[in-house]
Amino acid sequence: MSRELFKFKGGIHPPGHKEESSTRPIHAAPLPKKLVIPLRQHIGNPAKPLVDVGERVLKGQMIAAASGAISAAVHASSSGIVTAISEQPVPHISGLPDLCITIETDGRDEWIPHAPLDYQKMAAADLRLHLRDMGLAGLGGAVFPSAVKLDPGTAQTCPTLILNGGECEPWITCDDVLMRTHADEILQGTAIMRHLLGSTEILVGIEDNKPEAIAAMQVAAAKMDFAVEVIAVPSCYPGGGAKQMIETLTGKQVPTGKLSTDIGIQVFNVGTAHALARAVHHGEPLISRLVTVTGHVLRPQNFEVLIGTPMHLLITLAGDREGMSGVLMGGPMMGMPMPDLDVPVVKATNCILVKSDALFPPLPRALPCIRCTRCADACPAELQPQELFRFAKAGDFGRAQEYHLFDCIECGCCSYVCPSHIPLVDFYRYAKSEIWAHEKDKQAADLARERHEFRQFRQERDKAEKAEKLAAKAQAKRAELTAAPATSGHAATSEADAKKALIAAALARAQAKKSESVPLNTDNLSPDTQHEIAEIEARRAKILELARQPLESEEKT
Amino acid sequence: MPSPFIIDRSSVTQIMAWVLIALLPGIAIYVWLFGPGILVTLTLATVTALAAEAAMLKARGYPAKPFLTDLSAIVTAWLLALSLPSLAPWWLIITGTLFAIVVAKHLYGGLGQNIFNPAMVGYAVLIVSFPMQMTQWPGPLELTSLESSAVHLNLLQSAAVIFGSDVPKATLDAITMATPLDALRTGLHQQLTVDEVMTQPIFGHYGGVGFEWLAAAFLLGGLLLWALRIISWQVPLAFLAGIWLTAGFLHFFDAGRFGAPWFHLFSPSVMLCAFFIATDPVSGATTPRGKLVFGLGAGFLTIVIRTWGGFPDGVAFAILLMNVCVPLIDQYTQPRIYGGARKEPRA
Repeated sequence: MSRELFKFKGGIHPPGHKEESSTRPIHAAPLPKKLVIPLRQHIGNPAKPLVDVGERVLKGQMIAAASGAISAAVHASSSGIVTAISEQPVPHISGLPDLCITIETDGRDEWIPHAPLDYQKMAAADLRLHLRDMGLAGLGGAVFPSAVKLDPGTAQTCPTLILNGGECEPWITCDDVLMRTHADEILQGTAIMRHLLGSTEILVGIEDNKPEAIAAMQVAAAKMDFAVEVIAVPSCYPGGGAKQMIETLTGKQVPTGKLSTDIGIQVFNVGTAHALARAVHHGEPLISRLVTVTGHVLRPQNFEVLIGTPMHLLITLAGDREGMSGVLMGGPMMGMPMPDLDVPVVKATNCILVKSDALFPPLPRALPCIRCTRCADACPAELQPQELFRFAKAGDFGRAQEYHLFDCIECGCCSYVCPSHIPLVDFYRYAKSEIWAHEKDKQAADLARERHEFRQFRQERDKAEKAEKLAAKAQAKRAELTAAPATSGHAATSEADAKKALIAAALARAQAKKSESVPLNTDNLSPDTQHEIAEIEARRAKILELARQPLESEEKT
Repeated sequence: MPSPFIIDRSSVTQIMAWVLIALLPGIAIYVWLFGPGILVTLTLATVTALAAEAAMLKARGYPAKPFLTDLSAIVTAWLLALSLPSLAPWWLIITGTLFAIVVAKHLYGGLGQNIFNPAMVGYAVLIVSFPMQMTQWPGPLELTSLESSAVHLNLLQSAAVIFGSDVPKATLDAITMATPLDALRTGLHQQLTVDEVMTQPIFGHYGGVGFEWLAAAFLLGGLLLWALRIISWQVPLAFLAGIWLTAGFLHFFDAGRFGAPWFHLFSPSVMLCAFFIATDPVSGATTPRGKLVFGLGAGFLTIVIRTWGGFPDGVAFAILLMNVCVPLIDQYTQPRIYGGARKEPRA
């Protein structure tokens, strides 16, 4: 099988450190006494709790339902009693606690009734809804709800389906080990994806530093009743990023601001395909995953871990050592430091990397940028990081945006190669958050101004309506009065009354004339006002659209 | 501390060290052809540069160690020293180096902030202020020993000349002579044709006798830097192409009045500039297309200044002029990004 491969621009070759954990067999982590299951484990809306404190739940029971279009359900990873629905520390870059359901496990690990599903007989929409209720989200790290990605949308089909077994981050081996041991199930999941997306071309991209995984996947692919091409791609970080994998395999680039499905390609992590097969063929929701525990531990290895298991338990299992200097979730390039080891394993936890000063020496002092452009050579987004750095540092965020700051994927290649050891990605994150904060302020100000403008408009309108009513009333009264002298004989009083009526009539005329210039009601507006309202509405629509904008559905391994 | 948590082992010090190493073949040929005087010049420039750097860092409140050990001051010192006549008086070397480090580098904000190449600023100041001393190049040993009975100066004698102890003027006259570029200039001014000038003994196969070997040595060091990916191919290639195309066009137009492109290409200053000076990342263009524009422009200007300018060589001024254009070049040569359309950002 030879296929022309394409080289994406940039990328780096950091030491792999894969053997440490990939050579040991998978172990199932024991059932912990307490499971802490966050409601926001995926991109999109957090799930809504379905259980109450004190309730007994079974393994695989849905304890929180998907809410909204982009969301996924959350399940109990084992049987037990719900002891709390409260904010707990979670593994998130913000470091802020989030709503979690805590389950005191009873040790019986009792399953809820579950059965395989004949997916081919189901309507596609029902199947997607079912997958959403099975809690499926991308396991490569981005945890985008899979059901959403399995909808080909208006295009009806997505011709190319790519299974991403790149796993380019150093140290992480959970996908490698999964492909070695569960190749058949991964491809069964792929069959379901193919069914939903109507794909005709199925490609599996695996970095060539995983020969065993490639061999296992090739054996499994030969057994399938549809063509699956297993392709070894050159090892190069971030070659496992969805966009990079697409370019390597197809030579196509996803246009900025678009999704890969716009060019007829969808990408899933191999772990997601495996979870999909478990969900459909066994009726098991996403309640566990493979986690690499590696770095500064005695026995680096992969564990099959229930979602909600505290991380410290896994580090103890792998053999904790003296001299731990921190723990990362994910790899050393894009992982995030864990503030607290009580945080639970979530759907996004592919790796727990224990740091030591020997393995991860503190970064040296940063020197000024010498504009050597090694960062530009390494940037897979093909940006000019040295310019972005200059603008971000100077606080010139407008220029940073013009130089495509938001196309930065924060892969860390620039920081890795920088001879001045500048933490470049930090500067981009800083600039992005400043811009977001600014946008938020602007939106709030826009909203306030709109409210104010509408209030002014409403007051004017009310005033005009009132004047109109008054004028009508006066007119009626005058008509009544002019008719009166003919019928009544009280000249003196009528003269005074007539005078009054004349004054009232003059006032009314003046009032009516004045009110001609302002809109009388919302059905008959002056063009200027209509234009103004249209503008306000347009701004409104824009804000609403911003709020509704779909989140990036990129998966990264 | 957020991600990434690992970095490559490269450093500014390492880059600068390789630049210095890549200059060694050129220095060796220099010593072999023109005598050991250059070693004195290099040492004097290095000491001056480090002292100036340390003083400026202290004055600006920066820690001395990380910046002194980045070796950038030494690179500046060496590039300037290699541009000066090897028997230039000590005060000339010190003045040029001080100007390069204090004014061109630190007054503009230090490492990474200087918009002009410091070594070229130092050179420009000297050639404008002291044109006489800047053109007293010792001739290649093989020529000077042919022409007179002058002894070769050893290291101590060279030092003595540089530090201004009394050297008989006759000796100095015997060992210094016009550079090939000067000879060509003077010859052309005397209404000689290029071919007539080229019959003088100072001219060799392509460039000047000896000088062409020096150029080859700089080329060799430059190729090393390219092989190590410390410099990109765009700048040297575009610069040499700019020289060759401009000189070639003029030579084709009137071979009697304009030197051959090979002659220009194989002058040491051109090779030194192509690989060590125009490639200075701080003061050069950063985008791939921008580097081509920068190199081509500098090459073109070099020949224009050599041909019609008031100074014997145009490299320094060409580089400084192109340094001024860098922000503009960079802005209008922004490359296409991943998945993006080609679009220049607004000014």
